Amino acid sequence: MSSSQQHETDVLIREQGYDDHFHEHHHGDKFQSNFITHYIFSQDHKIIARQFLITGIFWAIIGAGMSIIFRLQLGFPDDSLAWLKPLLGKWITINEAGVGALNPEFYYALVTMHGTIIVFFVLTAGLSGTFANLLIPFQVGARDMASPFLNMLSYWFFFLASVVMFFSLFLSTGPFAGGWTAYPPLSALPEASSGSGAGMTLWLVSLTFFVVSVLLGGINYVTTVLNLRTKGMSLWRMPLTVWALLVTAILGILSFPVLVSGFFLLMFDRGMGTSFYLSEIFVNGHALENVGGSPILYQHLFWFLGHPEVYIIILPAMGLTSEVLSVHSRKPIFGYKAMVYSILAIGFLSFIVWAHHMFMSGVNPFISNFFVIFTLIIAVPSAVKVFNWISTLYKGNIRFTSGMLFAIGFVSMFISGGLTGIFLGNSAIDIQLHDTYFVVAHFHIVMGIAAFFGMFAGVYHWFPRMYGRFMNETMGRIHFWVTMVGAYAIFWPMHYIGMAGVPRRYYRFDTFDAFGHFAGLNEFITVAAIIVFAAQLLFVFNFFYSIWYGRKMTTQNPWGANTLEWTTPIHAGHGNWPGNLPTVHRWAYDYSKEGAEKDFIQQHLPLTDKEKAEAENH
Amino acid sequence: MNTGTASGIMEQKTRKGIHAPLFALWAAMGSMVMMFGSLTSAYIVRQAAGNWLEFRMPDIFYYSTVVILLSSVTLHGSYWAFRNGKETMYKLLLPLTVLLGIGFIIMQYQGWNILYSIGVALDGNPGGSFFYVISGIHAAHVIGGVFALTVAMLHAFTLKYKPTEKRRRRFQLVLHYWHFVDFLWLYLFLFLLIQ
Ligand code: HEM
Ligand SMILES: [Cu+2]
Repeated sequence: MSSSQQHETDVLIREQGYDDHFHEHHHGDKFQSNFITHYIFSQDHKIIARQFLITGIFWAIIGAGMSIIFRLQLGFPDDSLAWLKPLLGKWITINEAGVGALNPEFYYALVTMHGTIIVFFVLTAGLSGTFANLLIPFQVGARDMASPFLNMLSYWFFFLASVVMFFSLFLSTGPFAGGWTAYPPLSALPEASSGSGAGMTLWLVSLTFFVVSVLLGGINYVTTVLNLRTKGMSLWRMPLTVWALLVTAILGILSFPVLVSGFFLLMFDRGMGTSFYLSEIFVNGHALENVGGSPILYQHLFWFLGHPEVYIIILPAMGLTSEVLSVHSRKPIFGYKAMVYSILAIGFLSFIVWAHHMFMSGVNPFISNFFVIFTLIIAVPSAVKVFNWISTLYKGNIRFTSGMLFAIGFVSMFISGGLTGIFLGNSAIDIQLHDTYFVVAHFHIVMGIAAFFGMFAGVYHWFPRMYGRFMNETMGRIHFWVTMVGAYAIFWPMHYIGMAGVPRRYYRFDTFDAFGHFAGLNEFITVAAIIVFAAQLLFVFNFFYSIWYGRKMTTQNPWGANTLEWTTPIHAGHGNWPGNLPTVHRWAYDYSKEGAEKDFIQQHLPLTDKEKAEAENH
Repeated sequence: MNTGTASGIMEQKTRKGIHAPLFALWAAMGSMVMMFGSLTSAYIVRQAAGNWLEFRMPDIFYYSTVVILLSSVTLHGSYWAFRNGKETMYKLLLPLTVLLGIGFIIMQYQGWNILYSIGVALDGNPGGSFFYVISGIHAAHVIGGVFALTVAMLHAFTLKYKPTEKRRRRFQLVLHYWHFVDFLWLYLFLFLLIQ
């Protein structure tokens, strides 16, 4: 957008915008002028978004780094890991021959922490935390969240959770090692394994803080979307990003408390001698007194959160993808209303499928049938969304920016991973596939990689909005292609390994007759994982480099996008718009409209006479 | 902290006609409903598995139920008085509500002691454990409510009586939350009674 058009936008908002008397209260950010209140205890949603993002990046590096260590173990079980001794200390034992081996207990801890960190800290806090904060107030035309203070607390509870979890990595008994799902008895009996003691206690404390953060954030996001939309921003004019983030927040508010209930009962079992989850257990040859508990009860409570949680992770990525695809195809999103209804349907259905994680736990097969049906029904709204994304691309005037590449990659990953979900959703097939590498491949592609792709699409696309500079495109494209090809190289072969029945979470396979011949494939996967990891470091470099040295943003709306965040000044202060709030006259997807002089019409532009006439004829 | 800007941002709160803090409170209450809903579902699932201790609920829980229901009535009376300029009644019923709230918690505590003395232990059969945990987590929510009521009471006695819109809304938050924990208990009580 040229500077004269930019001027037009400013004039339009001044003359036709909504006056909320912001000026009378806005005495300049005099209290924000010092470093602490501006960058640390900030209540500005834009700063809080960056805090979530950078904390998320920190955790992503740690979580992915852990996976490289356990992949080395799986790919090269006989090679010496002595060179990791400086980093891992006593968890590497060196034998007489000088060969260093990874402590098996610590291997489990790494697998567990990898899952916990990526699922909760990176793809929940790092993804929703970042983009709900950045985009909700901007795109609905609000000054900030409903409660900027609670919003700030939401970040700091996440920070606290992070500190506690990080600390647990350095315990002499190691962090928790019973899997990210923390099933009892490993999680309920402090004496069950070395990570089940202090490690598990800190895990519980950390995740409890985490839930507080999610609830404070979620309540705020929902309240903001439903109450603080600017004039003219009806629900049906909201961009799909906002719809997705709204439903995500609702899912979080309704499902995380159930996890907390599960945690409460777990805490009582650990500390107060109750037997909610424990019955007739032997530890080290001693029978415990607990009788009457049911470990399956925990699984119900966990997966009642756990399944909505996977949609809490994927919905924001879907929203970001929809927006980026539409902007860079220069076409309205195909089937906007169908997209919204699909989001709502997915959100609703996600609450009634949880037992598909428990087909093999001994639940009644008739009950399983019920869950099979609902699980397969989820494929319908998912397929609607995929169809609409592809139709949006069709005959589009596509600009292959890094963000767009990742959005397209998201669609590819979501298709591949969604298809394998349909296999798993059949309880009969799941007898063979449960707890194998097939499941690992399924959820890494559909959730892990796809959500990361959505996040990358969002970061490349909104980086200028966050930092006033662009990320480097060349590095972005290298990052994309290596990650795209590499991710398939890692996870595609895992389907075959899984179909052969290779169980997940094992320490080594070469000693099993049935699985030994996968050694070559496992080496290949490990090498691919290392290459993909290196590409992520390129992203991290690009990110921080661009914050200070990236190409400067010179116009407000560099992508020619319609949504309101691109109508604010490049360096918007707290309150987002210096004067009036923009008034909204149209939906967010007027791209390449017939008869319009440009290929996009921003949401705050009034209808032309022709458009008014058309609207009346409808 | 940044009061200048914050108040500018606060100004927006009633844009869509709903008072944002009240809306947020309702969202939070939705999340509490899920929490207690899941606890009572867990109760049913576990009970269906057998090996379940049956016991008679001590009478004191009936009395505590009456007390907390009564406290909702007094609080509502106080709110009504506040809105209709009946200052004395407003200032009388509010502390009474606080007392009833504290009374409820004491009675729950007594109830747990009685349960313990008749051999229903927290670390015994899950039939008993669930009772303690569910009523205990509820009591924690009531304690939060008592704090909120205390703040409202301090407002009543330290600020000059003025039934402004702003103060009415503040009062409304406490009112809704208190009714919520009250009816929540009624649900839990009936649930535990019928089971
Ligand atoms: C077409 C839709 C989908 C279907 C039918 C489906 C079905 C399933 C089933 C039946 C399982 C359990 C497999 C087992 O443990 O034996 C499973 C596991 C899993 N799915 Fe999906 N899924 C779908 C989409 C998704 C999406 C969109 C996500 C995330 C964004 C996801 C994330 C996961 C995760 C994280 C697990 C494994 C959790 C664990 O055991 O650690 N799935 N899926
Ligand atoms: Cu699931």
